[in-house]
Amino acid sequence: MNHWIVAPIVLPAILAPFIIMVLRFHLDLQRIFSVAGVVALIGIALTITAQAAGGDIQVYELGNWPAPFGIVLVLDRLSAMMVLLTALLALPIVLYAIASGWDDRGKHFHALFHFQLMGVCGAFLTGDAFNLFVFFEVLLIASYGLMTHGGGSVRLKAGVQYVAYNLLGSTLFLFALGTLYAVTGTLNMADMAVRVAELPADDTALLRVGAVLLLLVFCIKAAVLPLHFWLPASYASAPLPVAALFAIMTKVGAYSILRMYTLGFGPEVEATQGLVGAWLQPAALVTLAVGAIGILGAQHIARMVAFCAITSMGTLLIAISLFTETATAAALYYVYHSTLATALMFLVADLVMERRGGAIVPTAPMPQSGLISALFFVGAIALAGMPPLSGFVGKLLVLDAARDAPDANAIWAVILIGSFVTIVGLARAGSLIFWKSHDAQYNTETDPDNEEEAAPAPAPEPNPGLAFTAVFAMAIGLVLLTLFAGPALEYTAKTAEQLFTPENYIAAVLGGDT
Amino acid sequence: MEALVASAVGVMTAAGIFLILRRRTFPVILGLSLLTYAVNVFLFATGRLALDAPAVLNKYKEVPYTDPLPQALVLTAIVISFGMTAVIVMIALSAYLSSKDDHIDMNAHDSVDAPGEDA
Repeated sequence: MNHWIVAPIVLPAILAPFIIMVLRFHLDLQRIFSVAGVVALIGIALTITAQAAGGDIQVYELGNWPAPFGIVLVLDRLSAMMVLLTALLALPIVLYAIASGWDDRGKHFHALFHFQLMGVCGAFLTGDAFNLFVFFEVLLIASYGLMTHGGGSVRLKAGVQYVAYNLLGSTLFLFALGTLYAVTGTLNMADMAVRVAELPADDTALLRVGAVLLLLVFCIKAAVLPLHFWLPASYASAPLPVAALFAIMTKVGAYSILRMYTLGFGPEVEATQGLVGAWLQPAALVTLAVGAIGILGAQHIARMVAFCAITSMGTLLIAISLFTETATAAALYYVYHSTLATALMFLVADLVMERRGGAIVPTAPMPQSGLISALFFVGAIALAGMPPLSGFVGKLLVLDAARDAPDANAIWAVILIGSFVTIVGLARAGSLIFWKSHDAQYNTETDPDNEEEAAPAPAPEPNPGLAFTAVFAMAIGLVLLTLFAGPALEYTAKTAEQLFTPENYIAAVLGGDT
Repeated sequence: MEALVASAVGVMTAAGIFLILRRRTFPVILGLSLLTYAVNVFLFATGRLALDAPAVLNKYKEVPYTDPLPQALVLTAIVISFGMTAVIVMIALSAYLSSKDDHIDMNAHDSVDAPGEDA
């Protein structure tokens, strides 16, 4: 067995308690170990991605119990690339959190951060549905701590809502898994896929209920429209570096939809025919539309970026809901792009909020306005999907993949108009926040939100150099994703091909006896 | 037996949903607890209901047995929901203590503008 597969889970699982128990009172040591841990995680992620790139599906049997009796971790191209994305995202965020002093505004930031990474990596790697639930809970409970990190009554109230909503989601998840177990008698995803395919066609009522409940749970995580209410308030009230890390959490929902519904409950499986695409696609279109309107209407930069996250989930789920190989390849490229772009915008929003508050109104210039506005510009171009950055490539691919779909007109219209509204919204925010004329007189007295702006202060970060390096690293990541779009697309195309031949996955997990 | 378990799950879920739609945090937390009880009982039933049957196989003769896996799942679910309830109680308490207000909804003046400033 290849023990690298379990390493992305074991490393944070050991590091986080170590930070709590041994380094509790030593912030400097915590920072060193935390950064070292994230760097090591990148190394591990690169290793397993290289191993998965060949196309073998490797299985790690926990406790050496063979599937379907034991829990298995499965490494294929999709899970490897998602783990790599998690690790690559975590490094700039942890550096930014250190440089901006966010990790010093409450206790146990680094430990919670690593628990969160453990949950996310576990959710990407596991091949067992109940284990997926457990890893969801691991990442959620860490996210509760991170979301309320630093305290404050508004953040805590938003935290209560966030926790309550997610507890409800967890309950639904258990109902869904219980129903599926009652029908299929297994929780192993591959085994479940086999049993679903064998189910007689007139006995699928319960299974369909379970599949729809499961889709609902993943849609809550992915913030698809009727279930997105938790996202704007939570992300906007969370510490913004944490919100940047949460950019990967909505993708966990998208990943789970992709995994479960290409493997077992896909549109071509008779038992669950007409369930996923029929519901997911209109919901994704509305998500994109409402997200774009939210960007236009937001009064606060953090809320605006939260709506950007919703918009990008809309685009991503449109691509996923097509359930074709080319659309999935486009969706996987878009996952990388939208995660990095959303996280970049959250960090830029934090730079802005630390200097002048987050309200989208004209105020006196802030320190380092030029650098920040350049970063905002990069992030806005990427998010809106304008050339030359990766958002353009991603949206082009999604549009191209949707060309032959039955609802191509609706998809094209929503994506293009949504992008236009996004551009308008981001341009409005950018010009109100950053665009200053030198002789303008700012009437700071009439603006109660910005008392501290009267005297422009130096940069509030303890270490602005490192903070900007971290944000620039994220921007460079976007540029690299654009430059190396060719190889990246080759990889995602192969990943999609692997996803749409689930027989190989099932054979790898269940061994030769299927 | 089936009717009893089914109605227990149904009643607890209904009461839970009623409670989570209340405006203050305390009933909402009670509602979440009721929902987790409901899901725990539901999970037991997913292995089919069997009376007076052990959860182990007998290798010497064919005897009725009950499915052990849902019991393991319920155990996990109980532990997780217990921990989660403790977390939400703590967060709700500190939200109440810092804002002197235990409404679950955000007021108009609870804008997200500068959320950390009263920390």
